[in-house]
Amino acid sequence: MNTPLDSCVIDRLRATFRSGVTFPEQFRMTQLQNLLSLVEENEQLIQDALHKDLHKPKFESVLSEIQITLNDLYFAMENLRTWMQPEYNIGKNLATRMDDCFIRREPLGVVLIIGAWNYPLHLILLPLVAAIAAGNCAILKPSEICQATEQLLAELIPKYLSQDCYAVLCGGAEDTKSLLKNKFDHIFYTGSQVVARSILLAAAPHLTPVTLELGGKSPCFIYGHIDIQKAAKRLCWSKFFNTGQSCVAPDYVLCTAQTRDALLPALRETLRTFYGPDPGASLDIGRIVTPRHWRRLMDMLEKSKGKVVIGGESREEDRYIAPTVLVDVQESDALMQEEIFGPILPILTIESLEEGIDYINRQEKPLALYVFSDETSVVTTVLNNTSSGGFCGNDGIVHMALPGLPFGGVGASGMGSYHGRWGFETFSHRRGCMNRSWLLERVNVLRYPPYSDYNLGWLRWATTFKKNSWGGCSVM
Amino acid sequence: MEKQAVQRAREAFLAGRPRPLEFRVQQLKSLQRMITDRQGEIATALKQDINRSQYDTPLFELIGLENEISLAVSKLAQWAAPRPVERNLLTISDQAYIQPEPLGVVLIIGAWNYPWALTLQPLVGAIAAGNAAVVKPSELSEYSASLLKALLPRYLDQELYPVVCGGVSETQELLRQRFDHVFYTGNSTVGKLVMEAAARHLTPVTLELGGKSPCYIDKDVDLRVACRRITWGKFVNCGQTCIAPDYILCEPSIQNRVVEGIRQTLLEFYGPDPKSSPDYSRIINQRHFNRLMTLLEGYTATVGGQSDSSQRYIAPTVVKDVPPQARLMQEEIFGPLLPIVTVSDIDDAIHFINEREKPLALYVFSSNKKVIRRMLAETTSGGVTVNDVIMHYTLNSLPFGGVGQSGTGRYHGKHTFDQFSHHRACLVKSLGMEDVNMVRYPPQNRQKARRVRLAMRTPLVDFSRKTYIWAVTATVFAFGLFVTLTAILCTCL
Repeated sequence: MNTPLDSCVIDRLRATFRSGVTFPEQFRMTQLQNLLSLVEENEQLIQDALHKDLHKPKFESVLSEIQITLNDLYFAMENLRTWMQPEYNIGKNLATRMDDCFIRREPLGVVLIIGAWNYPLHLILLPLVAAIAAGNCAILKPSEICQATEQLLAELIPKYLSQDCYAVLCGGAEDTKSLLKNKFDHIFYTGSQVVARSILLAAAPHLTPVTLELGGKSPCFIYGHIDIQKAAKRLCWSKFFNTGQSCVAPDYVLCTAQTRDALLPALRETLRTFYGPDPGASLDIGRIVTPRHWRRLMDMLEKSKGKVVIGGESREEDRYIAPTVLVDVQESDALMQEEIFGPILPILTIESLEEGIDYINRQEKPLALYVFSDETSVVTTVLNNTSSGGFCGNDGIVHMALPGLPFGGVGASGMGSYHGRWGFETFSHRRGCMNRSWLLERVNVLRYPPYSDYNLGWLRWATTFKKNSWGGCSVM
Repeated sequence: MEKQAVQRAREAFLAGRPRPLEFRVQQLKSLQRMITDRQGEIATALKQDINRSQYDTPLFELIGLENEISLAVSKLAQWAAPRPVERNLLTISDQAYIQPEPLGVVLIIGAWNYPWALTLQPLVGAIAAGNAAVVKPSELSEYSASLLKALLPRYLDQELYPVVCGGVSETQELLRQRFDHVFYTGNSTVGKLVMEAAARHLTPVTLELGGKSPCYIDKDVDLRVACRRITWGKFVNCGQTCIAPDYILCEPSIQNRVVEGIRQTLLEFYGPDPKSSPDYSRIINQRHFNRLMTLLEGYTATVGGQSDSSQRYIAPTVVKDVPPQARLMQEEIFGPLLPIVTVSDIDDAIHFINEREKPLALYVFSSNKKVIRRMLAETTSGGVTVNDVIMHYTLNSLPFGGVGQSGTGRYHGKHTFDQFSHHRACLVKSLGMEDVNMVRYPPQNRQKARRVRLAMRTPLVDFSRKTYIWAVTATVFAFGLFVTLTAILCTCL
């Protein structure tokens, strides 16, 4: 893949966009329907590819890749007409009473969607759903790390979707760099902070808006009165799902020594129930994506000064790491310097909630934050005194499965959001429109020179916002 | 110096000072007082900066600002409250909502053409959203900048909302610091540099830029009113408005009448000698004056054309039959020069507009609904006013911002609050209903997978065609059964 070829593809898509073919609701609906067929008709192929790339258990493939994509498609098709409608329900003032004021949602043009390797299907298809629904053309750049999924997408997308509007470009880091030299109307990137910076720098000369779905260390409080068995179950599920390779996996736990002592046996029991006495033989656990990533995790584990109390086993041949829990981990530990992104769970002990909150606030804002507690005051205190992309109380990860909630980061964990309507808005331009009436020119006259105090007085009265008045309030 | 101001603002933010809504409201009310008390001084500063007439100041800068403050004060509790969202079966008993939160310390870089409105309107939203804000007014409007630096600390919290003045190097120093959001109003060249500087810290930006805002005049339109409205929007602030109609597109058959309409209106507005009218402004500085005079080189003005370098005065000028490749048509004019480019029809006009970068505003004058609909549907722009100019800016429920080269992000009214907030997705579950949760845990099997798929479905109720047909058929069938049963019972009894 070289630059002239990319430019050809981009030019073709841009010409298609200019022709306006992606604008009508019918076209968008048809493409979404086709994408739905793509996923439904190729479920087995998708599962096989995901298993080849990530050793992903079928259950996880279905739940976190196929079903989440299907749900978003159903949601988009169900609501497309509503989303596309101009928004009329906005407040007017006296001077604009006779006018037609509305907000149109318009497509941006040719957008670039860069996928990631941990959920190689949904992280590229969910933004695509939003881009199609919003009427854009799109270039997909799947992660080259998951080769089977990348090839599958490159083969299926042109078969089901319009080739003039949507293209898949494959390649590595160098190819992506040269792809970014082109101008796009929006760039949607899921991945790491380092690459995100270079994407923003590439977008700046073109003034291209960017959505960044990054990551960070998502803290998990377990505090106060809590049913430790249930908490352990939900914690284990969200931590070890996809072998810990989720951007919203609980990265580490913060709890008191007392809670930790109650938590450990619960974790052991849960892990045994989930994966049996030897997780390495269980079909329900995946593998680390590449030898390089495996090595990175093993290095962190080796350098850590914490004590391994559960797991710790590993196998280089198939990139296996057992679900591992460590205690007595300090702030300066090797495991606490970067996002873990693996099946390793450090537990940090705190003496008070404030200590935990202070610790979190000293770090970068995370993508997700979790609190397990029966006490509303604990949940509220943490919510009010921290910031994070998203928040989930008494569970992990599931907040991203609700299409009504925006999914995105803040600060170092990202900018912008998507899922459901939020994706549609991300890939649209909100155009404020005012259709003035020809009437009331007599009122308009007040604004023209030569100026006078008299005119100014009336104009002020007509345009000033009045609290609880009969005209001026905007709805919501 | 810049670094310390940012540091102090961050410490004050982390201490939690701007968090309570009462504090934010109190700051906003204080800002309101500043504008009301100091209106005279503000008008004087503007006169010195840009020869702004005493009436243009309240009209274009202060009224809008006061409205924004009143709206924010009145609606803050509503804006800052959690916003509930639709749930699915798995989350039916949980709380799911979006909580707007402050971002932290934001940077607001103002512009020189409306130095008060364009610097303080974003500040209103930043304060309302609970942030600390470093304010950097444009050095080109130097009297307004020094006045703002003197006044703001007297009315607002000095640590949370510092004013930093200076030129290019001070701005560059500021941009080296880390902010949680940067809000820039100005031109696209500097916009790109701002975005680049922000990229290093992964800081999101709002860029309110500009462009060439086209103004299409359809042939069957009341030209008298159209020309009056266009003239007003074009020559207010001496054309130095980001959403001024940059150029006119019309058919050759009406060009002369358009010119006449504008000429007549100019006489009504500014008299035979606009130079002596108190209502006509000047160009901000010599560099911009020279730039505008260069644009005019080689073209004969149909109306106006006079200038006076000593006063930085350029008369309201109209040039007709301008070719698309003229220098006047290559960059945003931002001055009192109005080129008219002829097009053969609406198709030609749409094609002309779409060949160029997306503008900040688009104007169309027509009595024909079809023409208006086509213009809206087949072009794009930051915003639109139909049958007038500029007015979409004045309604704060409409989002104001650009697209493509004209900018990214939007503000005004609630949109400013939203722009300066993080919308945190919150799901608060109970530990009850664990039985439902059981289906998602390993070890896995087919039944569990099926149950989870069902529980995850959104929307909750299936409105698909298949279900609808099934529901109708079932109802009809059941009703039929009921009728039959009743009939049988009645005959038996």
